[in-house]
Amino acid sequence: MSDSKKKYILHLADNALILGHRLSEWCGHGPVLEQDIAMSNIALDLIGQARNWYQLRARLDEADITEDDLAYLRDIRQYRNLLLLEQENQDFAYTVVRQFLWDSYHHALLSDLMDSSDQDLRAVAQKSFKEVQYHLKWSSEWMIRLGDGTEISHQKMQTALNDLWYYADECFVSSEYEEELVKNNVITDPSILAKAVKKMREEIIQRATLDFPEEVYAQRGGKEGIHTEQMGYILADLQYMQRTYPNAKW
Amino acid sequence: MQSGSTQLRVGRQRVMQALETVCDPEVPVLTILDLGIVRSIENVEDIWQIDITPTYSGCPAMNMIEANIRLTLDARGIKNYRINTVLEPAWTTDWMSEAGRKKLKEYGIAPPQASPHQFKLFGDQQLLECPRCESTNTECISQFGSTSCKALYRCLDCKEPFDYFKCH
Ligand SMILES: [Zn+2]
Repeated sequence: MSDSKKKYILHLADNALILGHRLSEWCGHGPVLEQDIAMSNIALDLIGQARNWYQLRARLDEADITEDDLAYLRDIRQYRNLLLLEQENQDFAYTVVRQFLWDSYHHALLSDLMDSSDQDLRAVAQKSFKEVQYHLKWSSEWMIRLGDGTEISHQKMQTALNDLWYYADECFVSSEYEEELVKNNVITDPSILAKAVKKMREEIIQRATLDFPEEVYAQRGGKEGIHTEQMGYILADLQYMQRTYPNAKW
Repeated sequence: MQSGSTQLRVGRQRVMQALETVCDPEVPVLTILDLGIVRSIENVEDIWQIDITPTYSGCPAMNMIEANIRLTLDARGIKNYRINTVLEPAWTTDWMSEAGRKKLKEYGIAPPQASPHQFKLFGDQQLLECPRCESTNTECISQFGSTSCKALYRCLDCKEPFDYFKCH
C-alpha cells in the first residue's frame, strides 16, 4: 500500500510540474498581456502544488531526499505524468484545449481527494482545489470564446481538440498503483470519475459549437513512465542547471 | 515572582505583538494576522509553536514571510519558538479580519466579497465596488492579476483600473 501511495503522489506531483513548466514557456509570449499574466499565474499555482506533493513524497521516503531531488534528478522513465500534459504548446488554441481537458479532470479528481481517508492526500487536495476552480473557469471561458468565435479561431480550436483527443482519456485508465489504492478505499476508481468529467467536457464542447471528436484509442503509458517524444525535451530544459552544476543554489 | 500562568500570558502577548508587525510583502498594508496566515500559537514544553498556512500553493511571498517572522522574533529576543507550515484546513479569504478588509480598501484594492463557497463556473459577475469612487459600474478584465490573490477590474465611471482581492 505505502509503495502505491508513493507512486501515486509522484504521479500527482509530476502532472502539476510538467504542465506548470509548459505554461511557463508562455511567459512573455502570450497573445495579450492579461492572458500572458493568466497563464503565468496558473503555472505558478501548479508549480506550488507540485512542490506540496513532492515535499509530501520526500517526507515519506526512507532516504533523506528533498523535493529538488525528485524534480530535478530523476530520469524520464521515473516520471509518471499524463501524456496530455507534456504535449507542446503549439499555439494558444492547443494550450487552451490541453488546459481544459486537464482542468475538467483535475477539478473532479481534487474534489474527490478532498474526502480521501488518507490525511496527506486530503490536505494537499484541499489546498489545490480552489486554485483549480479558477483554472477551469479560465479554460472553459476560452474554449467557448474561441470555439464560438471567428471562422479561423473555430477551426484552430477544432484542430487542437481533434489532435489532443488521443490523450484525453488516459486519466481514466487505472495504473496498478491506483488500483491498489482503490482496493484500500483511499481513492475513487478513475473510471467512476470519468462520468462527471465527460459530461462537463461535452457541455463545454457543445457551448463552444465544436464537433465532439470521434472515439479514438486512448494513448497511455505516462502513468507508468512511458512517454512521448516531447518529454525528453522538457526534461533537458528543466534539469539542465542541476545536471550541469550539481547542487547549484541561488 | 510571577505565577506560571501570568508568565505564559505575558509571553504570549510578546509573541502576538511581534507577529502584528509582520506584513505581507506583496500587500504591505496587511499584517499576517489580518490575512489569517497565523493559525495558532501554542506553548508546548516552553516552546512557542507557531502554525502558519500559505494563502496560495505557489505564493512566492511565503518564504519571505517566514523569514520575516524569524527576524522579528529574534530582534525582540524571543528564541524559544518553532514555525510549522500547515495545509489543512486550507486558507480562505473568510479568515481575513474586518480591519484587514478596511485597510485593503483604503489602499485601493477591493476587498473579497461573498464567500468562496459560492463559486460558479459561469455568470458570477457580482457587483463589485470601485475602491476609489464606490461606483458599482465596474467590470472584470481578468481573473488573474499581478499576484496570485488578485483579479484585475476596471471602473467604468472613474475610468481607473483596480485590483480585486478575489474570493478564495
Ligand atoms: Zn471608480
